[in-house]
Amino acid sequence: MAELRTETMTVNMGPQHPSTHGVLRIILELDGETICSARTTIGYLHTGIEKTAEQKKWQQVIPLVERMDYLGAQSNSLSYALCVEKLLGLEMPERVRNIRVLIAELQRLASHLIWLGTHAMEIGAVSMLFYALRERELLMNINELVAGFRFFPSYIRIGGLREDLPRGYHEAVTSFLDRFPPKIDEFEGLLTKNDMFLRRTEGVGIISAADAQAWGLVGPISRAAGLDYDVRKYFPYSGYETYDFNVPTATEGDVFARYRVRIAEMRESVKIAKQAIARITPTGAWACDDTRVVPPPKDKVYTEMEALIQHFLIYSQGFTVPAGDAYVPIEGPRGEHGCYVVSDGTNRPWRVKMRPPSFMAIQALPHVITGGMIADVVAVIGSTDVVMGDCDR
Amino acid sequence: MDAAAIIDIIAPAVPGASYEVGAGIDGATIYVPAAHIVETCRALRDTPSLQFSTLIEITAADYLPRTPRFEVVYHLLSIARRLRVRLKVRVGDGETVPTVQSIWPGAGWPEREVWDMFGIIFQGHGDLRRLLTPEDWEGHPARKDYPVQIKKAAQTYEPLEISEAEFRANLVRDRGGRGGPKA
Repeated sequence: MAELRTETMTVNMGPQHPSTHGVLRIILELDGETICSARTTIGYLHTGIEKTAEQKKWQQVIPLVERMDYLGAQSNSLSYALCVEKLLGLEMPERVRNIRVLIAELQRLASHLIWLGTHAMEIGAVSMLFYALRERELLMNINELVAGFRFFPSYIRIGGLREDLPRGYHEAVTSFLDRFPPKIDEFEGLLTKNDMFLRRTEGVGIISAADAQAWGLVGPISRAAGLDYDVRKYFPYSGYETYDFNVPTATEGDVFARYRVRIAEMRESVKIAKQAIARITPTGAWACDDTRVVPPPKDKVYTEMEALIQHFLIYSQGFTVPAGDAYVPIEGPRGEHGCYVVSDGTNRPWRVKMRPPSFMAIQALPHVITGGMIADVVAVIGSTDVVMGDCDR
Repeated sequence: MDAAAIIDIIAPAVPGASYEVGAGIDGATIYVPAAHIVETCRALRDTPSLQFSTLIEITAADYLPRTPRFEVVYHLLSIARRLRVRLKVRVGDGETVPTVQSIWPGAGWPEREVWDMFGIIFQGHGDLRRLLTPEDWEGHPARKDYPVQIKKAAQTYEPLEISEAEFRANLVRDRGGRGGPKA
């Protein structure tokens, strides 16, 4: 019998594909349904934010960096603000640090909810998207309360916050935090023991601890492989060392382990947020008292000449930052989210560079999916929780 | 652990390298000569008391008009020892840096991005193509002498035009010479 002639088939997935979380293009070489090789193309969402940031004054960069990782907007601005504050040598008041912790955890919840909804939807559990977005809507409402902007509040500023918390903030956050844990149980009831979900996720897309380190995948991906690295525990910032929380880990390193880690992270985030909101007084300090960076209070601006001049200088020329460079890592929703800032001592940054977790995750993607089945590609992309805005910047 | 202590540990493993402690307000910064970056990284990764097994990122900064012009910056993390270190390599215009892909496979894309944005060539990389910008992009946008606002004509393609004769010839070719449809 003549040998059957077989050929591999090349399939182009994306960039306009609903399961690639934006504009990621993967060129797959298939042998039947098995992936022989995969090549990824990125850059469709490159907007040159880092170059643009060099033309702006220090404070004006905040809205720009929030648009990088658009699902974890405020973890970008937090890492940038912490980095510039390190160069300036600023210490934040206790209340500001607690508010920042609260905002960072609510941001993590919002990001994980989008991840949960889209990830589950892509592998067949369509209704999860609506359950997850319903809860995220409440978090968006809290953002709107704070800043009048739902996606990119730009509420975290260099030197503190934009203004004090609005009236009704505590009630909104507390009612959300009381409502949310039973919802996580509801999500888990729909997925964690769901046979269809388990078959799509267990043993799929395994990333070992050694691979995670070699490819730089620090964050939920490496925690699902057994490493307990979490920036909040290893290199605490904004007073995380004073909070009581655990770092959830798993050992399997597959898609299901990453799902379990993120679900457990949501419970821990609720725990941290509850401690934070209990510490935050309804009114109080919302910025540090360094007049180089923070404008004087309004009553002084209206009555004292020097205060008026200072106010005018801060808003017209901005402030200068001592020359030097700094890198400050924070634990963002997708892993270590760092900001590397170089200052030449003027009122504009010399270089701003974000450390993008999604970029590293997409780099490792061909390594993870090669040899697997084509249907698992979607499950693996979903479980690494990539955001193309973060990857391409 | 400060930069001097790290240098003391890795210096025996990298003979001939002259390190320099950099000013860092947020931790250890070490200037490494470009020729020794691979051995230095291997020593940092493999020394049991350091174990910098994770590459956090590679980036660069353009300090025009200073010479040498660029600094390539490596951020490393040791999970086992709870350490961070920043390596810097001074690079002039047109000079190259050896790739560290043999130490961390995850260095591939960050180095490609640095080439794309700054035009710094990583020797031995093997896949230095454009990453974030389109394939036909000219120049390296993150350089300080690259204009901030430029106008670039959209890339266009000629509409596909093929004559009937060519179409039939292609059919014959694709069917392995078994003849096309009757003319």
